[in-house]
Amino acid sequence: MVTLNQQTEQVYNWISDIPDPEIPVITIKDLGMLRNVKFENGNYVVTITPTYTACPAMKMIEDQIIEVLGTHNIHNVKVDLTYTPAWTSDWLSTEAKVKLKKYGIAPPSHSSCTKLFSAEERTVCPRCNSNHTSLISRFGSTACKALYKCDDCKEVFDLFKCH
Amino acid sequence: MNKQEALFKYTLRLADNSLILSQRLSEWTGHGPFLEEDLALTNISLDLLGQSRSFLEYAAKVEDKGRTEDDLAFLRGEREFYNTLLVEQTNGDYSKTIARQFFIDAFDYYFYSELTKSKDETLAGIAAKSVKEITYHLRHTASWMVRFGDGTEESHERLQNAINDLWRFTGELFEMTAVDELLIKEGIAVDLNAVKSKWEKHVSEVLATSKVSVPENAYMQRGSRDGKHTENLGYILAEMQYLPRAIPGAKW
Repeated sequence: MVTLNQQTEQVYNWISDIPDPEIPVITIKDLGMLRNVKFENGNYVVTITPTYTACPAMKMIEDQIIEVLGTHNIHNVKVDLTYTPAWTSDWLSTEAKVKLKKYGIAPPSHSSCTKLFSAEERTVCPRCNSNHTSLISRFGSTACKALYKCDDCKEVFDLFKCH
Repeated sequence: MNKQEALFKYTLRLADNSLILSQRLSEWTGHGPFLEEDLALTNISLDLLGQSRSFLEYAAKVEDKGRTEDDLAFLRGEREFYNTLLVEQTNGDYSKTIARQFFIDAFDYYFYSELTKSKDETLAGIAAKSVKEITYHLRHTASWMVRFGDGTEESHERLQNAINDLWRFTGELFEMTAVDELLIKEGIAVDLNAVKSKWEKHVSEVLATSKVSVPENAYMQRGSRDGKHTENLGYILAEMQYLPRAIPGAKW
């Protein structure tokens, strides 16, 4: 995905630990939002992509990238936003999915479940691993989540939607 | 009209459709029939706002006269908006909001699927991003059409009334102008005739499952392609544009 030389790799590593403002257990790299770092016309150009078009965290992530690089005395930074290729939840690393589940958020299924006539996404309870779960609300606390409940342990939980 | 002017107007039309519908849906914030639907409408509204911002930003760039995305949203008058009449119609009861949303979601789904093939890379990119969000919206609104239409006697009647009210605004969705013709030749715009047949098929299937029908030989209202609107748009703009017009250059 990313070809970096030594300098840009260092920059990439510094910012890859920035947490997602809404789900702080995973990073912007885990989410697949951090797309590239290049050096162009005297600036480090960081390319990020939003999960959803109106993701309200983008400005905060941009500010954090500038702030983190500032602490390493790098001030010639430009943050670019791209839509292409469109973000998909398939970019979440396996590691990120494990972290989500541990945090109480069910990780997404494969994006093939996003078709118009797909059945409602099935999921496993992140707390008791039961298959007996049901959808409460297709829309949740953030654009990327839906609300489910476990019919066995009765716990309500978020699902990170496939997208 | 040259290609740049046509592209500006076309992009504005897409931006305005999402912006005005987003503003309409946001009126439901805190007023949804129950919490889950309050969340649904505000989430859909937010997605539409995101899509609109992308189009407005691009329109400003295409126009290249120093106007920003905010200038285009907040400092244009009613006659300079090109959103389709359907999106500016009032929310009514929940079945009317759902019927309006379903007609638009179904249109957007087939329209954006086609726009992903546009030779204009920016429009194609926004379309590819948007169609994923719209697919999810359409699944939601289509399921509510069936719940209302095939629900109780009252919910059925209300949905049927909503469809009778709104149907006259659906013809305009497929109207093509000189802007469309010029950009179709360039491989940029979508041929709305192709979208129309897919939309009609999808809508008639969902309406049949919902046990509701459309008015026969209905009069179709038009006007938005020329910036002519129903009385509703002025009220929306008055509310949406009040602050930046009262306090020019206001910042958070």
